[in-house]
Amino acid sequence: MAQQIFAYILHKDGVVDDSAQELIVAARKLDPEAAVTAVVGGAGEQLAQACQQAAAIYPEVWKIDNPALAYINAEVIRPMLARIIPAGAITLVPHEHFGMDLAPGLSIKLNAAYLPDVVGFEGVEGGRLRAVREEFSGQVSTHVNCDLSGGAVITVRPGAFQPQEGQAAGGQVVDKSGEAGAAEPRRRYLETVAAEVGDVDITKSEILVSVGRGIEDQDNLELIHELAEAVGGEVSCSRPIVDAKWLEKARQVGTSGQTVKPKVYLALGISGSFQHMGGIKGAPFMVAVNKNPKAPIFQAADVGVVADILEFVPELTEKIKESR
Amino acid sequence: MEILVCVKRVPDTAENEIAVNKAGTDIDRDDLVYSVNEWDNYAVEEAIQIRDKVGGTVTVVSVGDDEAEEVVRREMAMGADNGLLLCDDAFTGSDGKGLATILKAAVEKGNFDLILTGAQADDGAGQVGGMLAAMLDWPYASLVNLVEIIDDKKIKVGREIAGGNQEMNEMDLPCVLSIQTGINEPRYVGIRGIRKVASVEIPVKGAADLGLAADAAGKAGAKVDRLDYFVPELGEGAEMLEGSTEEIIEKLVEILKAKGGIK
Repeated sequence: MAQQIFAYILHKDGVVDDSAQELIVAARKLDPEAAVTAVVGGAGEQLAQACQQAAAIYPEVWKIDNPALAYINAEVIRPMLARIIPAGAITLVPHEHFGMDLAPGLSIKLNAAYLPDVVGFEGVEGGRLRAVREEFSGQVSTHVNCDLSGGAVITVRPGAFQPQEGQAAGGQVVDKSGEAGAAEPRRRYLETVAAEVGDVDITKSEILVSVGRGIEDQDNLELIHELAEAVGGEVSCSRPIVDAKWLEKARQVGTSGQTVKPKVYLALGISGSFQHMGGIKGAPFMVAVNKNPKAPIFQAADVGVVADILEFVPELTEKIKESR
Repeated sequence: MEILVCVKRVPDTAENEIAVNKAGTDIDRDDLVYSVNEWDNYAVEEAIQIRDKVGGTVTVVSVGDDEAEEVVRREMAMGADNGLLLCDDAFTGSDGKGLATILKAAVEKGNFDLILTGAQADDGAGQVGGMLAAMLDWPYASLVNLVEIIDDKKIKVGREIAGGNQEMNEMDLPCVLSIQTGINEPRYVGIRGIRKVASVEIPVKGAADLGLAADAAGKAGAKVDRLDYFVPELGEGAEMLEGSTEEIIEKLVEILKAKGGIK
């Protein structure tokens, strides 16, 4: 059975997001026979540029041009998509801040199943899709079954489907703005407030000593500062440390924090959620210390130590000082 | 402002190592420590702060079995005014849409201006808030890390987007928000608070009380279901350093020096 699959394309300043490449790989994995259509919403010249780029990847591109989409707003585009996506189709959306805003409600409006944050597809049998998800920060995985009979909205984890060397698709752009209609926005975009730049710029540091939940208490951060000083690096951290206000946002590594590119990354008491790993680029040499031997961070690291950082770090610091 | 906060009882991942049971049908639930979902705790704190500023009430609701009562009671000890437990055998095996259907029925029995959920739970789906909003035909915002009440018709909402940036929106009430961690500092719940609400009766409602058909939620209505749990086949992963702590540290210092990890 060949499905009709739509891929929602994100773009910024006229440039399509990497997820445009990933979603077509995901669509082909889901159903190699499927007709795959890109849907791109926006306004004006930047939208036209994004559609051209999408057409190099997808055989067909549906364009929704509307001034209300100059800044993309899930509350505005959701009813438009619900009008143009046919019943029974599958819609793929990247599982990031915009996708999470759009997708659950879209599934309701389309009366379709909702399958969130998928990392793998294992085929369709008898109208049911078998997919792979992760739970508990990647500590366990599950196979899930999704009934496709009424269509589905599926969000796809960024990075889970690696783009392949593609042939140019030479796709056709179809203007769907009229059919998509208008929307009365009950949520109105005001502005984007840029991240505060702290007194340190961790993106410039070659050595990052990064700390996570394993530090347990704010007072224990002293141990991390001492180690960072001993190795000549900067202190960075994972999200829970910033949520607890123990370190400033400018030191947070991850998709909702800073993207860093150090030479050496020490991950101390960090489990290694995909949001955290998404903030580390350029494959630094990574050392992970964690008391849980099954922590996902050990899959990404080059060298691992199973230990309690509260005991391990002071001894390491001492040794580094001695060895100088 | 009448505020409803949806909360869930989950295994506390800070306290537990999560493993798959022998049959691969579930995670190993023996000896697991449970608590309120971390994101939900921030949502309850936010609701309490809003109520304290502009007046009104905070109601905490959970879909679950009898044991879910403990998290509702805990959030009441935090300062929520009312608790509500939605509990019925017919709810077992609900998918996200099923949960949103149950919650919608409860919302329609009340007169709420604002509904808060956690941005996600440990299954990482982040789905119930957005589905509930769409079912109610109320506006929705996800990953909210700032809420300001403008008046009884409008609020200002900040959403977390990539790179630590924040997207500001004005929203009409009533609406649904999913709350991101870090929006506030959830207050400590002391033994006095727990004692204060220990004997409060928490109403329990089932499918019939909510006017739900038996197949509106639960396994029968689910379009998505889990087949099994497994530990993913992992790649090669890290070279694990072994030996005494002294030996490990010696080796690690050597490696760090060679890789430029010590300036």
